[in-house]
Amino acid sequence: MKVTTVVGLEVHVQLHTRTKIFCGCVNRFNPDAPNTQTCPVCLGLPGALPVMNQEAFRLSLVTAMALNCELARFTKWDRKQYYYPDLPKAYQISQYDLPFSHDGWLDVSSEDGETRHIRINRAHLEEDAGKNTHDESGRGGDSQVDLNRCGTPLLEIVSEPDLRSAAEAKAYLEELHLLLTYLGVSDCNMQEGSLRCDANVNLHIEQNNGETIATPIVEIKNLNSFRGVEAAITYEADRQQEEYSKTGRKLGDPGVEKETRGWNAERNVTFAQRGKEEASDYRYFPDPDLMPVTVSDEQLAEVRGSLCEFPAARRDRFEAEYGLSKYDASVVINQGEKFADYFESVAKGCGDGKQAVNWVTQNVLRELNERSVTVADFPIPADVLAALLQRIVNGDLTVKSGREVFDELLSDHDKGMPPSIERISAIIDEKGLAMLADTGELDSLIDATIADHAKAVEDIRNGKLQAAGPIIGKVMKQLKGADPQTVRERIIERIQQNS
Amino acid sequence: MSELTVDDVKKVASLARLKLSGDDIARYQKKLENVLSYVHLLDEVDTSDVEPMAHAIEAVNVFRQDEPRDSLDQAQALANAPQTDGKYFLVPAILDEA
Repeated sequence: MKVTTVVGLEVHVQLHTRTKIFCGCVNRFNPDAPNTQTCPVCLGLPGALPVMNQEAFRLSLVTAMALNCELARFTKWDRKQYYYPDLPKAYQISQYDLPFSHDGWLDVSSEDGETRHIRINRAHLEEDAGKNTHDESGRGGDSQVDLNRCGTPLLEIVSEPDLRSAAEAKAYLEELHLLLTYLGVSDCNMQEGSLRCDANVNLHIEQNNGETIATPIVEIKNLNSFRGVEAAITYEADRQQEEYSKTGRKLGDPGVEKETRGWNAERNVTFAQRGKEEASDYRYFPDPDLMPVTVSDEQLAEVRGSLCEFPAARRDRFEAEYGLSKYDASVVINQGEKFADYFESVAKGCGDGKQAVNWVTQNVLRELNERSVTVADFPIPADVLAALLQRIVNGDLTVKSGREVFDELLSDHDKGMPPSIERISAIIDEKGLAMLADTGELDSLIDATIADHAKAVEDIRNGKLQAAGPIIGKVMKQLKGADPQTVRERIIERIQQNS
Repeated sequence: MSELTVDDVKKVASLARLKLSGDDIARYQKKLENVLSYVHLLDEVDTSDVEPMAHAIEAVNVFRQDEPRDSLDQAQALANAPQTDGKYFLVPAILDEA
């Protein structure tokens, strides 16, 4: 019996504008000062009139273009009516039949390394609601309502049911998160609810007779972490399979409707919620307070011209231009635009992409984690690291010595001395790390050391090459910049020459 | 013209969170039906050659710049609410989170 999990995601992303979508109240996460960012428009007071924020619409166009969507030349806003305390007007201004964009796609790498082409049904622009806080004592106390969030511009991005596993759904959300962050259209802070998602999940189960049935569709509401999305879908797929084996209920059976479930992150289960009002019950109609919007060719060209390089394109370019593996390119890109910029400066500066990627994904990333800073606050500027790596690439410095210089530059910084290219030379001199250009000095040191190690020399002559260890150690101690491999070869050569 | 049923009235009432008595329902059934039949007069107009419109006014692209303006302060924002704790609007417990 072959079982396939089928998932479509509805992602809500708050746009990073200065003000709300229909009024001049600031758009800022501010739960500590509830109801301080409201006005007659977002409170829904009688007579107040909404006016569209131009920047919110522009950011929407940017996002839809990056998601390869068709952009409508004519779009309008509709009222979606429902009664809930976080929505003072008792309707949400949204887009119903003429969304500003539709039919796009986003490519996602799945677990097996294949690229999956995920179709996007539509992206539309709407307003966020306020936030309710419920009495959790169980004594039925009043709920608190904070309307600061009410009227935050919200983009809803609806995928087709093209995702085929919980991990793939998570990968899609991560790729979308990365893209939105690169575009700068949202801060995508999931803890603060800037990016939230609903997952539509069901199973396709192949029967013994070769026919495939589908289980009833369940919508899991309000997932707000990558892990939550993956865990909720995994749980839900198992639950649906078990339910199907018990009841045999399938999509299309009489009385089977779409079910809405919540996600309990503490207990790791989905739970039934009361059936949501049917779509027709929202009684959508065009909002008479807002004028429709038309989009011209010139406007689209202007937006297109303003777009940055998208993460997927940059990932491919890094592989081609700097010889990175797919894995390394992903690690760099997934750290965000600033980190990728840093890598690219280092790679260009030192002329060796592989050397650069090793250093930024290991040494730099480790330091960023330990120091809990972003690359913008990393003490070693890209040109300084590039200069250091260039010496390694040119064979003037061993990788090991390079690490010593790197650590020293950081401890310089911690003592208040800014890391610089000049300091690299100074550190190399102070510590005697320079690789020896000619072998004269090395040879005389080796000869002197060999003379003190007659037993080891004897062993080496008899083919026990590991006996060279103590001699290598002694030589290295005196010549810090020496490359251990060269020293080893040279010692063996000298001993065998002199035998 | 289809008749407005008791169930239709109950459904509209429940969507608007209104509690109606049996008498209310009968009364509103009649009233709503009057409203609807009046609006249905529009059905007599032949609109087969008229392009659907999104708005009664022909203006488009009315925007505001993304510039902050002063908000109401907290006390003003809460001033008209039947119940507050000085910071939040208070509403009867929402039992079933949608």
